[in-house]
Amino acid sequence: MSIDGYPTTTIIGLEVHVQLKTKTKLFCGCSTQFGAPPNTQVCAVCLGLPGALPVINDQAIELAIRAGLALDCSIPPMTKWDRKQYFYPDLPKGYQISQFDLPICADGFIEIADPADPDQQRHIGIIRAHLEEDAGKSMHDEAAGRSDSKIDLNRCGTPLLEIVSQPDLRSSGEAKAYLSELKLRMTHLDVSDCEMQEGSLRVDANVNLHIDVEGKKVATPIVEIKNMNSFRAVERAIDYEIDRQYDEWEETGHTISDVPKRTFGWDDSKEQTFKQREKEESADYRYFPDPDLLPIRLPVERIDRARANLGELPAQIRTRLQEQYDIKPYDANVIVNEGRTLIEYYEVVASTSGDGRRSSSWIQQDVLRTMNERQCSIDEFPIDSVTLGNLLKQVSSGTLDNTRARDVFTHLLENGGTVDTAIEALGIVAVDGNELETLCQELLEANPKTVEDYHGGKKQAIGALIGQARKKNANANPQQVRETLIRLIESM
Amino acid sequence: MPRDSILHEFPPTFAMLDSAQEILRLQSAGEATAVEIVESALASIEASEPSINAFTHIDREVALQAAKRVDDKRRSGQSMGALAGVPVAVKDVLCTKDMPTTCSSEMLRQFRPPYDATVIERLRLADAIIVGKTNMDEFAMGASTETSAFGITRNPWDTTRTPGGSSGGAAACVAAGNVPLSLGSDTGGSIRQPSGFCGVTGLKPTYGRVSRFGLVAFASSLDQVGPIGWSVTDVALMLQVIAGYEPRDSTSLNQDVPDYVSSLQTADLRGLRIGVLRDALDSEGIDDDVRKAVTEAMRVFEDAGAELVDVGLPHSEYWVPTYYVIAPCEASSNLSRYDGAHYGHRSTEVDPAIAQELGPLVATYCQSRGEGFGAEVKRRIMVGTYALSEGYADQYYNQALKARRLIKGDYDAAFSQADLLLGPVSPTPAFRLGEKTDDPIQMYLCDLFTVGANLAGIPAISLPAGHSADGLPLGIQLQAPVLEEARLLFVGSAYQASTDHHRQRPQA
Repeated sequence: MSIDGYPTTTIIGLEVHVQLKTKTKLFCGCSTQFGAPPNTQVCAVCLGLPGALPVINDQAIELAIRAGLALDCSIPPMTKWDRKQYFYPDLPKGYQISQFDLPICADGFIEIADPADPDQQRHIGIIRAHLEEDAGKSMHDEAAGRSDSKIDLNRCGTPLLEIVSQPDLRSSGEAKAYLSELKLRMTHLDVSDCEMQEGSLRVDANVNLHIDVEGKKVATPIVEIKNMNSFRAVERAIDYEIDRQYDEWEETGHTISDVPKRTFGWDDSKEQTFKQREKEESADYRYFPDPDLLPIRLPVERIDRARANLGELPAQIRTRLQEQYDIKPYDANVIVNEGRTLIEYYEVVASTSGDGRRSSSWIQQDVLRTMNERQCSIDEFPIDSVTLGNLLKQVSSGTLDNTRARDVFTHLLENGGTVDTAIEALGIVAVDGNELETLCQELLEANPKTVEDYHGGKKQAIGALIGQARKKNANANPQQVRETLIRLIESM
Repeated sequence: MPRDSILHEFPPTFAMLDSAQEILRLQSAGEATAVEIVESALASIEASEPSINAFTHIDREVALQAAKRVDDKRRSGQSMGALAGVPVAVKDVLCTKDMPTTCSSEMLRQFRPPYDATVIERLRLADAIIVGKTNMDEFAMGASTETSAFGITRNPWDTTRTPGGSSGGAAACVAAGNVPLSLGSDTGGSIRQPSGFCGVTGLKPTYGRVSRFGLVAFASSLDQVGPIGWSVTDVALMLQVIAGYEPRDSTSLNQDVPDYVSSLQTADLRGLRIGVLRDALDSEGIDDDVRKAVTEAMRVFEDAGAELVDVGLPHSEYWVPTYYVIAPCEASSNLSRYDGAHYGHRSTEVDPAIAQELGPLVATYCQSRGEGFGAEVKRRIMVGTYALSEGYADQYYNQALKARRLIKGDYDAAFSQADLLLGPVSPTPAFRLGEKTDDPIQMYLCDLFTVGANLAGIPAISLPAGHSADGLPLGIQLQAPVLEEARLLFVGSAYQASTDHHRQRPQA
């Protein structure tokens, strides 16, 4: 935080919409497939034609229950539907079917690693999560004074779960950690794809500051930031807003009681938030129970069944990986945060190699870096988990040193094949002990200064000789070279 | 006129027949074809329309083609639907894919739905012939069919008077002898009151008994589709066709449909307890003729062996206020979709001054809705919007929901004392056209005795019960517990077996 002056506390609450991974929409049989030509996935119900009536998609209820359980929410025995009313052309009925006072999930929490101290956990409360139908998409072309708007209603009626956090987040880093954990759980349980680019995960951030003015708490007006299209954008928008609100407070002195909640957009290219044009008067949505839909009873047996079907949740996997493969909490966290397929990859590598720690560090350093460079997923990664496991097994047994193992790794990346074929292709052979001793003897004779330095206490001096040894014979194992050099020097 | 003469006359004086069942019999006996019957209905409509104006749309060609298909089907020996070749009319609030569906509103003047309402599908499956769409109060909001954008409908008994509403056209065309059966919708009495005013039989089924899919919504928690006909037997025949669970309407009841038709027409009501709504009969605003009709009906039921008991519905004074909060609230929401953006009327010339002030989008909304809706619809949208607003919802909408629960409780208590309830349909017979158009409160009070059944979700039937001193039809109303339509029909048919009020027809 780049605020000079009074100490501040940042207060952040997030409203996250995740699109539930149902085949069909929330109240009709239309497909939810992303990217179809405009207005091709619509029917009388989602178009809101006169006389059409909504019918609930039970799969959406099931996914919402799964999501709620994964967020430690309570699922009430009864939930109902309400109409949220406003006029907009991408909302054909003039109201959105949502949930007002009896949401399907309430009162949960997420624990995140504290970005300021990764060994500490932060408890982030979840007020509620409710189901609602999505609106359509408006595309405005207001260039040159024209007001040409196009509406695509394909998205209209797609099921969303809106997850509302308590204002428990204290920094953009925590916000990102919260979102990452939320996304992880939703994708892990196959509740949602959580693709921000496709709009299947959307984030609105409510931000303000508590400024400590000589012991007195001053709260700045709340701003809701919209239109953030990546986690990175969420972080940057929050950081920008923290500075902006402090500056605004310094300039105007306005506090939360002077200014109602405002809606700001985030401009990713200018890297700033901007006030949206919409009117600031607080909207009255005139919620009332939707008379076209019956309340939904959720018997405890159904919830128990859903709970039993959840399987292992990310937090449980973290603990298990730590115990089963003897890795640190931080490492387990990194692996689990990458999602189900990477966890599976790791487990095969670790069990094949018999070395969980080495597997973890290779996956974090070599595999993830390469995936990032190549912009590929673990499914597309050229080296399969068994092959990597075999490679690391040879490192652990001392057959291969790390450097040579990286050569093999690179070779496998480029050419595929097995560890053995790669070793053969690279001409890697174990160097005979006598051969190594001769090589070291020659190096020591050629570098008397190094021997002198070593005896004088500069033991790291031999590092240079190890490099030279490898130049002369690429198969020389650095560890063996080091050991041989030390033995020879000390016997001198 | 002897019935077999029908074939020798053109157009046949089909209006002289006394039931849909007779029309079915004529065809199965080979005495008339569906085409002849439909031609006769169309001729009858042609004759009465200039004075009555019961229809917003008549489709001669479509009807005759459908009739021909029914005749072909019969000739090929296939089994026939329960309303084969029977001409029917449907209120213009029900979606029909081959005819416009206007709700008698400027807003939907050009609207053609891409689908049939469930009840329309079921009529077609039963081989009924839909001859046209009937006039109504705009979006079913009214009690006189005077708020229609397609002109007023007149009462066939007295063309200076209203046929009632909102299903005024549906009741008037049956009374005029155009068709033996029509479909109406009833949100606060819109089947029963016009049936009473026009001297025909009209049934509002239990909420959820008939699918609302394709019924253009006015107040979703109160709306229900039901039949209007010449007799209880015909009404039962049509209910049999349209009733039943349908998954496209989440509020439709998944309960078996009993046989409504076969148990009718016995005059023996021994063991039946009929609760007389004494407070309604004694209320001040009720016409003497109406009171007399109910009193006479009490005697008929007693003669048939029924036991009469006085029952009360203590919260009935809250019916109309409760209804006129809940119905407009739901209507204000249901009618939000008519914004001119996707279909329906869109204002072509947006006032630049309004566009300047509100922006082009909001200006288009305001003007499209301003032009597309009539005064009564606007009034109810405003009332409903107000009653749901922040700070007012607790005082109005939520309060009305509480009152609604009390009203339901009253009915539960009443039905522990009586098997069904007897009372008036409306406080007065048909009033004069224009008499109440400037006084919405007086118009709303037409619903005084009918809205209770909608608020409680119970079935109720309106039966012709004689005529006033002025020769206007009078009606009585029977109400029964949820899903007891069969009881209403059984008792109604017993009444009609002992009386001939339902056989009376207006002079052409």
